[in-house]
Amino acid sequence: MATGELAAHGAHAHAAPTSWIRKYVFSLDHKVIGIQYFFLALTAVFVGMFLSLLMRIHLIWPGVSLPIFGEIQPATYLSLLTMHGTIMVFFVLTTAPQGGFGNYFLPIQIGAPDMAFPVLNMLSFWVTALAFGVMIAAFFVVGGAPLHGWTGYPPLSALQAAGPGEGLGADLWITSIALFCIGALMSALNFITTTLDMRTKGMTLMRMPLTCWAWFITAILGLLAFGVLLSAGILLLLDRNAGTSFYIPLVTINGQLAGHKGGSPLLWQHLFWFFGHPEVYIAILPAMGLCSQLLSVFSRKPIFGYKAMVYALLSIGFLGFMVWGHHMFMSGMSPYTAFAFSVMTMAIGVPSAIKTFNWLSTIWKGRIRFASPMLFALGFVSLFVSGGISGPFLAQPVLDIQLHDTYFVIGHFHLIMGVASIFGMFAATYYWFPKMFGRMMSEGMARWHFLITLIGTYAIFMPMHYLGMAGHLRRYSQLTELNYLHPLVGVQTFMTYAAFVTIGGQFIFLFNLFWSMKFGKRASDNPWEATTLEWITATPPPHDNFGGHIPVVFNGPYEYSVPGAPRDFVMQTDPPLVLKAH
Amino acid sequence: MGLVLLVVIWLITFISAYFFIAKTWWLPVGASAAAAGIDHHFGTTYLLMGFVFVAAQVLLGLFAWQYRDRGSAGKPALYSHGNNTLEITWTVLTAVLFIGLNFMSSSIWASERFRPAVSNAVQVEVTGMQFAWYFRYPGPDGKFGATKPELQDPSAGSEGAIGLDTTDPASKDDVVAGVMYVPVNREIEVILRAEDVIHSFFIPAMRFKQDAVPGIAIHMHFTPITTGDYEVACSQLCGLGHYKMHGILRVVSQKDFDEWLAAREAEKQ
Amino acid sequence: MGDFTTTASVDAAEVLADGDARRAPGPSDFATRLRRARLGMLVCISAVLMIFISYSSAYIVRQGLPTLDSRGETLIHDWLPIQLPNFLLVNTLVLLLSTLTMEVARRQAIHEVALATADPVLPPTRGKTNEIPWLGLTAVLGFAFLAGQWLVWRELGARGFYLATSPSSSFFYVLTGTHGIHLLGGIIALLAASAATLYFRQSAASRGVIVDVTAWYWHFMTLLWVYLLCLMKFAH
Repeated sequence: MATGELAAHGAHAHAAPTSWIRKYVFSLDHKVIGIQYFFLALTAVFVGMFLSLLMRIHLIWPGVSLPIFGEIQPATYLSLLTMHGTIMVFFVLTTAPQGGFGNYFLPIQIGAPDMAFPVLNMLSFWVTALAFGVMIAAFFVVGGAPLHGWTGYPPLSALQAAGPGEGLGADLWITSIALFCIGALMSALNFITTTLDMRTKGMTLMRMPLTCWAWFITAILGLLAFGVLLSAGILLLLDRNAGTSFYIPLVTINGQLAGHKGGSPLLWQHLFWFFGHPEVYIAILPAMGLCSQLLSVFSRKPIFGYKAMVYALLSIGFLGFMVWGHHMFMSGMSPYTAFAFSVMTMAIGVPSAIKTFNWLSTIWKGRIRFASPMLFALGFVSLFVSGGISGPFLAQPVLDIQLHDTYFVIGHFHLIMGVASIFGMFAATYYWFPKMFGRMMSEGMARWHFLITLIGTYAIFMPMHYLGMAGHLRRYSQLTELNYLHPLVGVQTFMTYAAFVTIGGQFIFLFNLFWSMKFGKRASDNPWEATTLEWITATPPPHDNFGGHIPVVFNGPYEYSVPGAPRDFVMQTDPPLVLKAH
Repeated sequence: MGLVLLVVIWLITFISAYFFIAKTWWLPVGASAAAAGIDHHFGTTYLLMGFVFVAAQVLLGLFAWQYRDRGSAGKPALYSHGNNTLEITWTVLTAVLFIGLNFMSSSIWASERFRPAVSNAVQVEVTGMQFAWYFRYPGPDGKFGATKPELQDPSAGSEGAIGLDTTDPASKDDVVAGVMYVPVNREIEVILRAEDVIHSFFIPAMRFKQDAVPGIAIHMHFTPITTGDYEVACSQLCGLGHYKMHGILRVVSQKDFDEWLAAREAEKQ
Repeated sequence: MGDFTTTASVDAAEVLADGDARRAPGPSDFATRLRRARLGMLVCISAVLMIFISYSSAYIVRQGLPTLDSRGETLIHDWLPIQLPNFLLVNTLVLLLSTLTMEVARRQAIHEVALATADPVLPPTRGKTNEIPWLGLTAVLGFAFLAGQWLVWRELGARGFYLATSPSSSFFYVLTGTHGIHLLGGIIALLAASAATLYFRQSAASRGVIVDVTAWYWHFMTLLWVYLLCLMKFAH
């Protein structure tokens, strides 16, 4: 029996449900909702990956006829890239780290029995799931999915005649995103209230694990950003369907007057990127919090500079709202404004660099255990460095002239946001699987998965930087028209082969995930010998997480290898140590 | 596993770095007055960021191997919550590096974008539409004639495509071409327009890129310094034909340019 | 999970007796529930605020936005403000009145909690509360406001100003429409709170929490309306 616990005096807010529907479908339990979000994201990521594979195939074998799909038409390519981006950014990167693992583990890590508003939590998942359904529906309507890119710049996205898929498909796309915004806002409300109001006794803000800080700040970013996207989307829907001209100036399309005047395409860009830049931090912050956690656990060392890490997360969150214009250097925005945004963007690189120094300092002089979560955490650091280094190129407008809208940008954001975040999700899965399902995932399979994915993703995305330097533009469905692209097709071919191998490697993970649920080695309550509160619960945790007890916290979350302690880790609920005098 | 990590991370780092250093795929040769300064700044950024990239990855790989758990043979991990002096030091250094880089580039940005074109620049109006670029010269009167959206007809090509209002007297001497001719060593003032959706005018060799936004006319300038033909690409997704919306910038001597323009004017008579 | 002894001996009871006074969360604790619900409502209001901040900034930028004229030669400003119907002032008064009745309801509900705490033997009541008529009045006034907005829309339509007529009319409909939708949400919450009180056994504490946070939302909606009116009237 762990020390430092009170007997419970309030029963958990709602009793454990009994019917199958209330237990697994419309559950109010944050753990079930977290798993639901996880599986939604898992579905979405395989859809998104498949779309990107089709893109890769089309680029180097444009005429090939695939089984079921036939030949990929040029219009289809643009729809593929639009939907790939949208599905990955919203339904994977914004869903799994926060809605999935955050929902499951934030309450437990702060010692709460559930989220503040369980009904709202349940609603937020189902609204998000509905949004995913609406998004997929866009593929199947007349005209198909939109082709305007995940960024949806009007007038291309605002004029139904601007291209195939820009009819009903685009309306469904906007509706799906609007629903997603609502789901995300509901979720953010829960995370913020829970973190501020439901921490258990002794769990001060500065004793929270960095995962909780990351989820908390991510929720604040989401709260302030998704409303702006929702507004922008509503104005776009009105322009498309109600004849307004928020975004559309006096234009013709196919030689016909479009019937609008006076609007500004730049208005969309400002609103979109005001959301869009915090969104990329929403995508990466939870992984950064988890990385800090895992490097500490598996080096048996406290995180180096806990306070600095918290301030870095806060600065990144805050500055994240001041840099959106760096997506618009070439947009026609004032060059003076561009310069201001550029300075802010370079500034935001500073806290990110500090985090990297602190991660390296955490493993320095540690005793590293190469368990699967640690492999992905180390991989995350490598990817964060690589993706981060290309940032200062793009942040300087003078260099952005050459690099904007090229493959350099694609390489940058895939490494720093796509792959790094996915590594965070893999790490989270391997790390928390034992607690969620009571069994260990296979370490052997995990190592193969790790190596194939690390090497494979570098092979896909590192060459994109070279392509960008050479002027290879993005969103080109064919590489035949520009002479200077011809020497670069070989690199595209290499990247496609790498994509095949990498995507193949993900099936090892998928198999490992489901196989281990039934046949994995049984896990103890604390297989990783970690200190945070989820490791004192039963496995899997009961409905109210702590079995009627209320944990009391005495220590910070990173007390590893404390000199004089009887073992190399001190749980947060263990009585505080008094070090022997020497 | 520590050794595997070290080898994999180091190999990825050194192979990537090799291709950057060898410039296997690189910036096209610069042909504008601004290119030298921009490319120099690229070089500076590469050197500094490249150093950070290699150093961080090398340390990551090294630490992963060096500090592996050696079982009972090894020392316990170092119990340290951090070092404030170190934090402040590397924060300041990073800030100096990043913001310093930014200020170094700002003078180039300012010279490119903070000033309008010189008064004797060669004016070319560049109009983007789905899916072609047209180039208009104001002619001897130095004025661009009016255009009207209702007259725009992309299938008509040239004057019809940009919707030139032929009733406007200033339009009489406007020359509309499908290839952008410019004289070498003169500042070219580009007036960017778009008819339907956002396009972007990108000339890699000139280190020139600017979005063409419907509803506004954007004034930019560049100075070509080497004659030749240079490919122009659209660099903002504009629809189905985005990939084939390309053009040619033809930089010729002043004499050849004058002759070409005169010939086009003569054709209009 | 093992025990371990340390060089310090700590008496759990000692530690728990001092320090952090926050009690364990439990559904029976009104102060905790109220604080938590109010915090949640504050967060919710922030999200709604961001929507209107986006629209406000779009509104202000659009007013000053130059655009190429139809001859493609000059940049013009095409913002023509619409004349706001005077009936809007009537609606504003109705909403201000409703915020007063809402506040009365809120205070009644909180007072009932104090009464119930003082006399815990009192069972959860059904239908017999003093805030019901005030809630009802607020809902009626809320509906009256929305009806009034509808009349304003019709008047504008009669003058030829619809959603797509001009930039200023577009913004008028978007701003008032979005506010109206959010106010409707508040009315629905009011009606739900009233129905729960009238027909279900609900403790004074539960009622107190719901009425309290709904009231804060309602006051925010009123303030927001006054702000929007000033924006459309005075911002240039």
